[in-house]
Amino acid sequence: MDDKNSVNAEYMIDISDMYKIYKMGDNEVRALNGVNVKIKHKEFVSIIGPSGSGKSTLMNMIGCLDTPTSGTYYIDGKEVSKLRDDEQAKIRNQKIGFIFQQYNLLPKLTVEENVELPLIYAGVSGVKRKELIKTALSRVGLYDRRHHKPSELSGGQQQRVSIARALAARPPMILADEPTGALDSKTGTEVLEMLKELHKEGKTIVLITHDNKIAHEAERIIRIMDGKIVFDSLIDGDKNEVNV
Amino acid sequence: MNFSQAFKMGMKSIMSSKLRTFLTMLGIIIGVCAVIILVSVVQGSTGSITDQISSLGANSISVMLTGNNKAKTVEYEELLEFAEENPDYIQYVVPNMSLSGVTVKYMNTNSSVSVTGTTPEYITIKDREISEGRFINSSDIRDRRKVAIIGSYNAQDLFGFESPIDKQIKLNGQIYTIVGVFEEKADSEEASDDDLVVIPYTAGRLLFNTSKISSYTVWATTPESSEQAADMLENFLFKKLGDEDGYRVFAVSSMLDAIDEITGTMTLLTAGIAGISLLVGGIGIMNIMLVSVTERTREIGIRKAIGARRFNILSQFLIESVVVSCMGGLVGIVLGIAGSVTIGMLMGVNAFPQVSVMLAAFLFSAMVGIFFGWAPANKASKLNPIDALHAD
Repeated sequence: MDDKNSVNAEYMIDISDMYKIYKMGDNEVRALNGVNVKIKHKEFVSIIGPSGSGKSTLMNMIGCLDTPTSGTYYIDGKEVSKLRDDEQAKIRNQKIGFIFQQYNLLPKLTVEENVELPLIYAGVSGVKRKELIKTALSRVGLYDRRHHKPSELSGGQQQRVSIARALAARPPMILADEPTGALDSKTGTEVLEMLKELHKEGKTIVLITHDNKIAHEAERIIRIMDGKIVFDSLIDGDKNEVNV
Repeated sequence: MNFSQAFKMGMKSIMSSKLRTFLTMLGIIIGVCAVIILVSVVQGSTGSITDQISSLGANSISVMLTGNNKAKTVEYEELLEFAEENPDYIQYVVPNMSLSGVTVKYMNTNSSVSVTGTTPEYITIKDREISEGRFINSSDIRDRRKVAIIGSYNAQDLFGFESPIDKQIKLNGQIYTIVGVFEEKADSEEASDDDLVVIPYTAGRLLFNTSKISSYTVWATTPESSEQAADMLENFLFKKLGDEDGYRVFAVSSMLDAIDEITGTMTLLTAGIAGISLLVGGIGIMNIMLVSVTERTREIGIRKAIGARRFNILSQFLIESVVVSCMGGLVGIVLGIAGSVTIGMLMGVNAFPQVSVMLAAFLFSAMVGIFFGWAPANKASKLNPIDALHAD
């Protein structure tokens, strides 16, 4: 079924000519002003920009949380920019694992139940869910804490739970929005290391940040300013930017 | 995502705020409870009136000849003949001569009774039993024997512990022989069903000072056919007497029908009034659910971000409101049963709620849950995941 729209299947993300225009009275704000981004499978990319640059809007677009005013967006070869709510929800569920700055775990559910949610929405059977939860939580080293509530865990542990939740349904892409923003530098580094490991295991990682140093942990940096991509460069082994 | 998952999620958030859930339920509890109590008490009290009327016999048709037209009259034999011609409708025609304030005397004891002159069928249609001796038989009627059957009150009153059988009493000075005593029906109290004297109508003509029978109880074959039998009797009497004022025919079942109709109206009315409180309870649910949706905007955003579809969110919230209203409904039913039984006992009627009433109240509360839960659930399902994620 996916093959039907698999025009650009060589890219995980293929955004062309994307505009997002908000009308505020007589003014219009161009949050995205003609953005073109192509991200290959298994790439580790940072998107960096100051607040108000359109970074968050771009992240919402990549995360299939919003629809653009114009432009096209293919995820894994499937056109998603014009999908209805529920179809977008399905894409988010199958293709994208979200990691948020504020963890966004549901406080009334246990660790295990939080990790289970995307699997429930994916329609995975009960036995299979248990298995996937175990794999995901063991991966982040928190399987023995599965019956705790998020509030009983440290910030770093909570972020690891949210990584487990992102991994549970085995999506090909992880979209991390300032994942270290609420953590101290030590636990922040741990989380970054975990993202790097996931990258080595073959996940596409998109990291949104405003911190240059963190952005340089990726293979490639995309800088956005005033709704436009102003800079797109690879990073070599010494963490220097190399223009292409 | 299947139903049981949605149900679990709904239950989880219900259980996480127990006080609020209880307060929300309270409206439904009171509403259901009120519906059940009011309907049951109305039905119970009219039920006891209906029972009293039914005790007259649902088959029975009272026929009165008012005697306005002196020239024409209808004889007992003519009525019997009419009954024989219509065996599908009329089973018995029982004459009903009566006189109250008759002085009854045994030895030196005097008292006042009402005397009924009738035929052997009387005991069948009045559903009485004889405890001692026998009732009137057809030879008593034929031979105009002066025999009497007395009630248990009169037996105690006149004879104490003696057996009244074969004793002779004087009714307004005429001598009658007691052949039977009715079985007690109303604790042998004065002026009750146990205070009566029954004699053959043929023997009583002198006592009643008339040979004309002006009152009959006609016994229809079935309660259902009694109204038609009454119509036929009216036609027959009108043909004989040629005057609508000369007779009165009245079927007990038609009165029961009228009471049923009144009960139905009363029940609907009270259920409607109590239903309003159920409606108010429903609005309470809607109110709380709307607050809950607003409070949980962020939760909804997270769920949507990780793949919840509109249906998932909608069913989660809808199940929550339906579970709350159904639980309220169940508690309301339990309290309603307790309340109506208590009130029924205080009023001396059987007010145990009918299953249909309980079922209707429960279904209505479930409907309230769906109806008033829909708008908040729909609102939740339509939230934009981005806005919801950034809410606090």
